[in-house]
Amino acid sequence: MNREITLGINGREATIKVEDADTLLEVLRNRFKLWSVRESCGVGACGTCTVLLDGGPISSCFVLAVRVAGRQITTLEGLSDGQSLHGIQEAFVSERALQCAYCTPGFVLSVKALLDEIPNPSDEEISEYLSGNLCRCAGYADILRAVRLAQERLSTEAGRPRK
Amino acid sequence: MATLAVVGQSVYRKDANPKVTGRALHVGNIEMPGMLHVAVLRSLYPHARIIRIEKSRAERLDGVAAVLTGAEIAKMPGVDPYYGPAFRDQPILAVNKVCYVGDPVVAVAARDQRTAEDALQLVEVDYESLPAVVDVLEAVKPQSPLVHEKHRPAKAFADLAHVKGGQQSNICYHFKLRTGDVDKAFAEADKVFEDTFSSPPAQHMPMEPHVTLVYFDEQERLNVWTASQSPSYVRTELANTFGIPMHHIRVRVPYIGGGYGAKLYAKLEPLVTALALITKKPVRYALTREEEFLTITKHKVITKIKTAIKNGSITARKCEVFWDTGAYAEIGPRIGHKSGYTAAGPYRIPNVWIDSYCVYTNHVPAGAFRGFGVPQVIWAYDSQTDIIARAIGEDPVEFRLKPALEEGEPFATGTLVRSFGIKEAIRQAARAIEWSKPRAAQTGTKLRGKGIAAGVKAVLTPSISGAIVILNADGTANVLSSTVEMGQGSETTMGQIVAEELGIAFEQVHIVQPDTDVTPYDTITAGSRSTYHMGNAVRMAATKIKAELFEVVASKLEAHPDDLVVGNGRVFVRGIAERGMTISDIFLAKFGSLGTTLAAEAVCQPTASHMDPETGQSEKCTEYWFPSATAAEVEVDTETGQLKVLQLFSVGDTGTAINPRHCEQQLLGAAIMHLGLTLFEEMIFDGGQLVNGSLLDYQVASIKDIPRSFRPIVVEVPHESGPFGAKGAGETGALTVAPAIANAIQDATGVRIRGLPITPEKVLRALAEKKGEPMPKDSSQ
Repeated sequence: MNREITLGINGREATIKVEDADTLLEVLRNRFKLWSVRESCGVGACGTCTVLLDGGPISSCFVLAVRVAGRQITTLEGLSDGQSLHGIQEAFVSERALQCAYCTPGFVLSVKALLDEIPNPSDEEISEYLSGNLCRCAGYADILRAVRLAQERLSTEAGRPRK
Repeated sequence: MATLAVVGQSVYRKDANPKVTGRALHVGNIEMPGMLHVAVLRSLYPHARIIRIEKSRAERLDGVAAVLTGAEIAKMPGVDPYYGPAFRDQPILAVNKVCYVGDPVVAVAARDQRTAEDALQLVEVDYESLPAVVDVLEAVKPQSPLVHEKHRPAKAFADLAHVKGGQQSNICYHFKLRTGDVDKAFAEADKVFEDTFSSPPAQHMPMEPHVTLVYFDEQERLNVWTASQSPSYVRTELANTFGIPMHHIRVRVPYIGGGYGAKLYAKLEPLVTALALITKKPVRYALTREEEFLTITKHKVITKIKTAIKNGSITARKCEVFWDTGAYAEIGPRIGHKSGYTAAGPYRIPNVWIDSYCVYTNHVPAGAFRGFGVPQVIWAYDSQTDIIARAIGEDPVEFRLKPALEEGEPFATGTLVRSFGIKEAIRQAARAIEWSKPRAAQTGTKLRGKGIAAGVKAVLTPSISGAIVILNADGTANVLSSTVEMGQGSETTMGQIVAEELGIAFEQVHIVQPDTDVTPYDTITAGSRSTYHMGNAVRMAATKIKAELFEVVASKLEAHPDDLVVGNGRVFVRGIAERGMTISDIFLAKFGSLGTTLAAEAVCQPTASHMDPETGQSEKCTEYWFPSATAAEVEVDTETGQLKVLQLFSVGDTGTAINPRHCEQQLLGAAIMHLGLTLFEEMIFDGGQLVNGSLLDYQVASIKDIPRSFRPIVVEVPHESGPFGAKGAGETGALTVAPAIANAIQDATGVRIRGLPITPEKVLRALAEKKGEPMPKDSSQ
């Protein structure tokens, strides 16, 4: 069945017709051409297609678009102003926390949600939070360091002391 | 040697920005007007004859452009319905029979993905089941059902020219190595050790599944965008398969989301080309994760290994290696050969006998996987080396160091080893894990142990890399290379080498992505070969350009070319920086204008000498070696069998590190990937049917699996003909992880695990057996 829904995508409202069976991933890619959102496992198990739904990470391959009508979605395209990198992205570059980088958009968004939720996470909290994002190049040590660096920079920006 | 400006520096990745913003081009992001999407009906039988295919209802479905079968492809004029890098044995779509569960049978091209999938539901296929063989040790027996009646060599690669066809057997390739007198050594031995080790099939799991887009352009040329590690090979394969001249085929590869060997040779390209030919429309096929599991795997390997000990030394080793290559040989014969000849290890052993068999079964085809089969053979030989050391009361580290080959000594093939830092790698691994530190006495149910493993891989030889470097009048350069950037950092490495050679800034070098219309031939992006081969090619091309620059400057400044050097975008007299010219001035002097370019091509083509087919002896079997060692500390919970890897050190001799951070990253990434393969990865088959072919059921290493303490250690033994002494680093960290863990488990508990993956159940069973209270076989049911 076709339905008309409104989605907030990267800060802009958009009203589109979707089929009930369309996943959020399909809508973001096929209709909005947001190519940073990528399919990998198709069963919500690898985190590659992670986007933020009202600020929280979800696997967009495993959510029907009609289920998130009226809500706010952030993809990597919406993370920075497009002119400069977000602090998390800068940290990923500095710590070389990307290789083939197919998983990178999902990781960066998960880290964004993590640091919004827990500004000073412990190593265990970082591992727990990011365990749903897989990196087959296995650059996990670099990613851990990138999270630490991003946390430091974001805390300084926000005037928060580090734990 | 002059100090280097860029080589040896850990510069940032060239591709960092497009990748961290998600803007990097991937094949899945390329769309063409009227592009069709593909779904494939796959065999449900491991081995069956196709009796009838009824597809007319599917063809009538609105939005369906084509429903294609193998029989139809076989009738297309000038088309060879079979392809493959070693044997032309793999049909584009099954012809007459299917050979594994998952074998593609019918393909639909439709206006969108859902229509294509709907159409598959309307296709009916009748099969007549045939006897199948799903056990590699059964498949080698003469009475076994044959997967293929005849074998047709592909003749696509020089190193596979010796592969023979025509056998009435499932053994499609048999490598033999014979040196010394093994029987005599066994007869005279003090002790003989015999073990069998197994390593299961596994999946590469690149985060980006295979994807290919094909269209015919306005000149009717075949255009292919594909996530491939071998664009040059894909072009040749399509030319041979479809009878299209090579200049009418253009293969382009943008960034790819990981490969690890899965994306080598031809995969989706022949099928998508056939669909584009029939529909006259652009066609894109993106595999689902489930299809990825049914496309290519890591070889399951059974190794029987027998070793003779006399006076505390290894005097003979006999290895029988059985490679389950699945329904189609893929690159199995190359793996059986190149890994086969290393199966006795990097040790001085006077008598060696190796049989390495590449065997067809009715399983998913197996191919290259990071390490090219070497991790499977090291799993056997270095587990056994450890067993022997502990059994005869030798220190496992000393027991390896004693016979480890020194520079210039002969390998089992007779080839003298060069740039062979195996001893240094073992020593570094032992130092990192504090091997010689006395162990604390252990009590309770959590036992700790340490393990070391060592091994070596040889680079694929012969192989070829060509490159063109174009220097622009403003002192920037474009590099034309068919090396695929798949995460390993090749754009950065090549950029550093060219910048160094031309004396320009790293940022002033652009690497053109593989495009067979403009980038020269390259064998494959795999096997840790690109830094050496492509690195040499781009360096040699840059050297030619430099010579042209020197010629101009020498005549202008009345200097001798031998006295000239480059740096900071200038050519100047050594030691007198002000006596020189900028690159722009040189162009002005040479061409009288600035809109010009200087281009040069170079080819790196190391050769191997003939290998005797009966003895495996060769004066030079490889251009260079990758010595590897891993040290691990584990904690075993004797009540649950749970294993914690407390420490992991991955040591690799990479030659001179062009980018030290990237070398470390390669060692570590390979090690952590293989930690997952060691501890839990396994594709489980039941009668030929894969039962865990989804990421819900198949586990790979996540951030939670990394050890508490781990570190890569780069050993730099420069190679005399590597670019600036470099070799490569892509696989070295993968080679020795599994035996290091198993060796540490024996150190902790006294039990030995001989089958991967090392699951808690296997550990618990082994512990129970050691106590004399074996667990019942079906306890897991």
